[in-house]
Parts: sequence; structure tokens; C-alpha cells
Amino acid sequence: MISRLLPLLVFAALVGLLLFGIEWNKHHEMTEVPSPLIGKPAPEFTLPLLYDSTKSVSRKDLLGKPYLLNVFGSWCPTCQFEHPILTAQIKPLGLKLVGLDWKDQPEDAKRWLAQFGNPYDAVITDQDGRAGIDFGVYMAPESFLVDAQGMIRYKRIGMFTPETIKSELLPKIAELSRPATTP
Amino acid sequence: MMRRLAAVFAMLLCCGIAHAIDPLQFKDREQEVRFQNLTKQLRCLVCQNQDLADSDADLAKDLRKQVFDMMQAGKSDAEIKQYLVARYNDFVLYDPPLKAGTVLLWFTPGVLLLVGAGVLVHILRKRARPAAAELDPGEDW
Repeated sequence: MISRLLPLLVFAALVGLLLFGIEWNKHHEMTEVPSPLIGKPAPEFTLPLLYDSTKSVSRKDLLGKPYLLNVFGSWCPTCQFEHPILTAQIKPLGLKLVGLDWKDQPEDAKRWLAQFGNPYDAVITDQDGRAGIDFGVYMAPESFLVDAQGMIRYKRIGMFTPETIKSELLPKIAELSRPATTP
Repeated sequence: MMRRLAAVFAMLLCCGIAHAIDPLQFKDREQEVRFQNLTKQLRCLVCQNQDLADSDADLAKDLRKQVFDMMQAGKSDAEIKQYLVARYNDFVLYDPPLKAGTVLLWFTPGVLLLVGAGVLVHILRKRARPAAAELDPGEDW
């Protein structure tokens, strides 16, 4: 009896596995590489300001207050889609917004921000992309939530949507008052 | 005319190759081979089914440059890999390391193969048994 049922059971298990795969893929972006930096200190950087390249901002300068580091570039089409969401939904949250203009020409970035508006409290430039590599950036836009102690608490790969702001960013902001825990 | 066209075509081809290969100044042939071997073991984060040696993505160029610079600075292959894993996760390695989180990945195929072999042996034995009985001359019908 059991040996008759066995092939059916194996088949059912296989169907279950495939359905699980379909379900899993609905909620997970397959190309997303989870960052090993979450729960760790943000990497050191000292980068020039876009609007005043004689001055620079370092990791240390930003300590003391949480901030959202948003990686963007004038060459990045998705950043254009994220831009109005950043302006209308993330800026009002009161979080300090730092723009990291990644692998971009400062002139292009200025033109881009002039055209669409500048939601950032500060914009720093990483022309050769070295700081981006230190942050493990591999596409744009990407965003890092860094707490007052300089720890990376959360990373968003790709653009923020109203849904991901609600389901991911807001809970992470609420957790900021608690000390970082390594996952 | 044909010859001129062919020459232009050849030139275009060369341009393409010159673009794909970064102008990196290797110390010697040995270092170049080491660089090629290492970048073949690293995954491009942008086009994720390509290795770093192969990819023409902008980030891959930057990462190749980074690997090259670290080599020039005397870093070992393991140190360079560690540097990239610290930023981009084990995902940058084409060969995932054996650790608690990857046990399933490493051993499931072997286990499945053994299970399959077990099932096969079981079925073959079961089939062989009645046949052997048939051949048994002492069997009563």
C-alpha cells in the first residue's frame, strides 16, 4: 500500500516545492544581494559637497543624528521615479537626508537637482565610486539608514515605494532609539 | 573598395576589444594570469551571471580596478576576496564557502543522489526476487 502511495507523495512534495518557489519569488527580488554591513558601523568616507567642492563631509561629521543616505545619480532612470516619493513621503519624516551622488559628473547632478528639485539636506559626491564600493553599492538608487552612533541599520536596494516606506522604513526608523543588534 | 571596408571593419573590431579590456599595467605575465584567475572567481553584481573578468558593466570595471590596485599593494587573493565579501556578501564568490548557512547548498545534491541510488537498488532487488523465484527448480506451482 505504502509503496503505491509513495510516488504520489513524492509528486505532491515536488508540486509543493514549486508552489513555494512561485510564492517566494513574488515577495523576493532574486537579484537582491543582502548587505553584510547591516548592524555594522558605516564605512569611513570623506567626500566633497556637491555645491561646495572645497568642503567635505566625513562619516564622523554625521555622527550624533540618524540619517538616510540615498545613493543616486543623474544617469539613473529609477532615481527619477524615486525622486518624487523621496520628496513627498520621506522628507516629511524629519529624517536627515544625505544624497550620495554616485559615479556622476557634478555638473550633471546639479542640473538634475535643479530640474527635479533638491530634497537633500546635504549632497556629497563620489565621482570615482570608491565610497560606493565601501558601502557595497551595486546599483542606484540604494538607501542606507544610519543611526546616531554611525551604525547601518537598514538598507534598501532599489527605489522606495509607498509600500516599502510603510512596511520597511517606518518600522526601522521606530527602532532607531534602540541600540543596534546584529541580525 | 572591399579591402578598405575590410580594413575599417577590422579597426572597428579592435576598438571593441580595446574597450572591453581595461588598460591595466601588470608588473609581469604572472601577475596578469593571477588577475585573470581571480576575477574569474568573482561575480559581477550588476549582470549576476557573469564573472568580473567578463563583465563590461561600469561597476565591474571599478571592481577590477580595485582588485588590480590591491594586487599592486601586495594583497593576497584571500585578502582581496575578504575585502569584497565584507562589502558584497559571499554572493561575489562564484564558489560559496562551506559554512553553517551553506551546508544545504553543498550537500543536498549528494544526499539526493544517495537517496536516488537507494531507491533504484531497492526497486531492482524487488524486481530480481520474483525472477529468481521463477528460475527456482524446486518451486511448486
